[in-house]
Formats: sequence, structure tokens, C-alpha cells
Amino acid sequence: MKKTPLYDEHIKLGAKMVEFAGFNMPVQYKGVIEEHLTVRTKVGIFDVSHMGEFRVKGKEAFDYVQYLTCNDVAKLSIKQVQYSAFTTEKGTVVDDLLVYKVNDDEYLLVVNAANIDKDFAHLSRFTDKFDMTLTNESDQTAQMAIQGPKAEDTMFKLFGDVVREMKYYWFDYVEFEGEKCLLSRTGYTGEDGFEIYCKPEIAAKIWQKILEAGKEYGIEPCGLGARDTLRLEARMNLYGNDMDETTTVLEAGLGWICKLDKGDFLGREALLKQKEEGLKKKLYGFEMVEKGIPRHGYPVFHNGEEVGVVTSGSYAPYLKKNIGLAYLPIELAKAGNEIEIGIRKKRAKAVTVKTPFYKREKK
Amino acid sequence: MYPKEFRYTKDHEWIKVEGNIGTVGITDYAQKQLGDIVYVELPEVDDEFSKGDEVATVESVKAASPIFIPVSGKIVEVNEELEDSPELLNQDPHGKGWIFKVELSDEGELDELLTAESYEELIKAEGE
Repeated sequence: MKKTPLYDEHIKLGAKMVEFAGFNMPVQYKGVIEEHLTVRTKVGIFDVSHMGEFRVKGKEAFDYVQYLTCNDVAKLSIKQVQYSAFTTEKGTVVDDLLVYKVNDDEYLLVVNAANIDKDFAHLSRFTDKFDMTLTNESDQTAQMAIQGPKAEDTMFKLFGDVVREMKYYWFDYVEFEGEKCLLSRTGYTGEDGFEIYCKPEIAAKIWQKILEAGKEYGIEPCGLGARDTLRLEARMNLYGNDMDETTTVLEAGLGWICKLDKGDFLGREALLKQKEEGLKKKLYGFEMVEKGIPRHGYPVFHNGEEVGVVTSGSYAPYLKKNIGLAYLPIELAKAGNEIEIGIRKKRAKAVTVKTPFYKREKK
Repeated sequence: MYPKEFRYTKDHEWIKVEGNIGTVGITDYAQKQLGDIVYVELPEVDDEFSKGDEVATVESVKAASPIFIPVSGKIVEVNEELEDSPELLNQDPHGKGWIFKVELSDEGELDELLTAESYEELIKAEGE
């Protein structure tokens, strides 16, 4: 099992460690609920060094990324970030990712830990057709996420004005003890926040400094448990749960990152066809009306018939409700429909709802 | 930590027997492993179970975990307080966090359960 450069910090902080995507990761420190609420109301820091980083560089770097992702890379300015997905020929999801435009001929792609090898193999199939190079920098990159309403104040103390000036889904470079780091205003929690990428050697020191800087705002280290409940409340899909190579980007509810008019890209024809013919199923949100917690894999019923399956489900610590996402027939994939979730031997009533379940108040 | 008068299972349930009524809950070790408990699905009073049957479900934020009945018998009472306060399982697992009471049909089954001493050895081994 791999360790992140912050492994020793987690042990010092008394984290409960679990295996995730081949990494020994903290699932919680003090408790999932407390960590979840800390991010919603103060600020939390996560080790996300398990995430993968690929660099695409060269004359045709743009064309390459534009061909392999479904969002429109042409819309990106230098130092801007975009949420996107790698699609298969069939329009299904290889992975979801962040695209960082470093330069006109250079992009940084941040992918899911569990998919690093698969993505790299997929991307490598197309490198011959373009004048560019692809490198996997995952092992040379540490990553931390600082999330919550006090994330800006915390990071400002370390890096100054660049933090306050940075807009949502943009990035810049900051210096830490002479080393260049990449700082972006991004995250996977539904809160304002930042992600910082640095060399593994300085990760522990940055981690400690951020904890120190955030102390006056009540910062807490947070684990994968809270990361999962936070992203679900904010209705951010989790690869492998909510989408995979059997579901298209459109079915996964990611039509907003699927720019069919941007020109050719892998999977475009299949997606155009699906859009024309209309979707048959779609990932949609629901909340429980009766008692019970929905979980990944539980069946969904409507009028006594099994009509779908839960992909993510949990107690939502901030909303204090039991919520979930499920693939539903398109006619049910709108708010206000009564469904039932099969929870062990019982069926419990639920209702479809618009997502996100939680949306932060804009300043 | 682990009361001497209780008996324990390898699945981390405890049972305290008074007369022929056993009170059942999960151990302190179990609640720590599960983390924040947010829901308990209780059995129905009068339901009968055989030793080792799945009788209730304890749900943490992360996952649902089955509770197995340590002895055979009939459910005579459930801890209804858990419906509104499942966190009692975290706060007081050996006391206010009890889950149900069972009328034992075979007291001999108690001899097959672990003593506090052997349970402590078991969790020590699991922790290593």
C-alpha cells in the first residue's frame, strides 16, 4: 500500500487510516460529522495527495486535450481551471478531472487516484496522433485541499494578496520556502476553498503551517469520510459510484460540461445521437421521507416495480437528512416524484429532489 | 472498560443477563471502529431469533453494520430512545446505548460466549 508524504502527520494526529485506491489514507480524525460541520462553518484541511497529475506539453497539447475531454478547452485562459471528463468512443466516462491551463502549449490534468493507471493507458493510446508529450507526475506531486468559509483567511496569512484576488476556478503560483507551488481556488466540498500542489518533500511543512495559520479560525484536519459526505451534499459525482464506463456523461447529469458544439472529440457522435434520441435514464437526487439510510447498490422502486439503483447515499450531516443519488428512468428524473428505496428487507419512501442538496450562500 | 459481568461475541456485541433476560448492545471497541452512529434499525418486540441471526442494523455515516444476536430467544424490549438519539451508542455503548432485551431460550448458550478477559485479548489482537 502506498503512503502519501503526509502519512506521518496523520498518525501524529491520531487519524483512523484505511486503504483507498491503493493508498493508506485518513478516513477520519475526530469524527466524520464534526469534520463535515467544520468545513461547512469554519475551515478544514484534507490530504489529497493520492490524486493523479498528468502534464501535457507541446505544440498540439491543446488539440490533444480538446480531443480527449468533453468540455471546451478553448474557453480556458492561462491560469484558469475547468471541470471536465475523459469520454470513451461511446460517450461513457473514463474519468472526471480538472484541466489546468498552464500555458498555450501546456496543460495539467488532475485525475482520480483509483484511475491513474487506467487513465494513463487510455491517454497513451492517442499520443501518437498529436505533437505533444504526456507525463505522469503523480508520484512527484503532493496535494492538499483547504476548504470552508475561513479557507481564504487561512491561506491569506501564508501567501498574501494572491489568495484574496484569486477567483473561483483560477490558479496561480505561490512560493513556500523557496519552492514554487500551484494554488487553485477549487475543491470537492461545495464550499469556497483552495487546493495546493507541491513537491512531496515540503508537503508536511506546508500542512503544519496551514494548520497553524488556521488555528484562530478553528481549522481541523479532515478525512475521506467527510470528503465523501461533503461532496454528496453538494451533489458532486464520485467516479466509480455515480458514473463509470457504463454511463454516459449526459446520463450522469454532466451535460453542462459536455460541449457538443466545440468540434470533434472522442465520444461526440455517440453523445450527439443520445441527445437527439433522448435520454432513457439519468442520475438524479432524492431524499428519504421514511427512516433509513440509502447506500450504494440499493434498489429503487416506483409503483412496486424496480426502476433503478442507488449510486451514492448517506446521512447528510449539515442538512441532517438522508440523501442519495440514483439512476432513474427519465420520466422520474425530476423533482417531486415518490419512489421507494429497498433497504435490506424493507422498502422506505423517498422523494426525488433538485440538486445540489446543499448550496453555500454567495458572499 | 469491559464489565466483568457481561459476555461478549467475536462480532463485538455484549450481553448482560439478569434472570432469563439478556440486554444486548455493541462494545466500546465496536463503536470506535464504526465512528459516528446516525441510525439504528431495531428489531420488533416478540420476534424470535436463533443465536447468530442478524437482528438489528447499526449505521454510521460511512456504512451499515449488522448486529447478530448473541443468544437464541424472543425480543421483549427495544431501546426506543435510539430512534431519536442513535449517538447514545457512541456516548455510552455499555449503558444507555443498549439496543434490545431478549428472553433467553437456552441459557447454556451463554457458556459459548467470551468473558471480558478473552474479549479484551481478541480486540488487542485485532488492533495489532
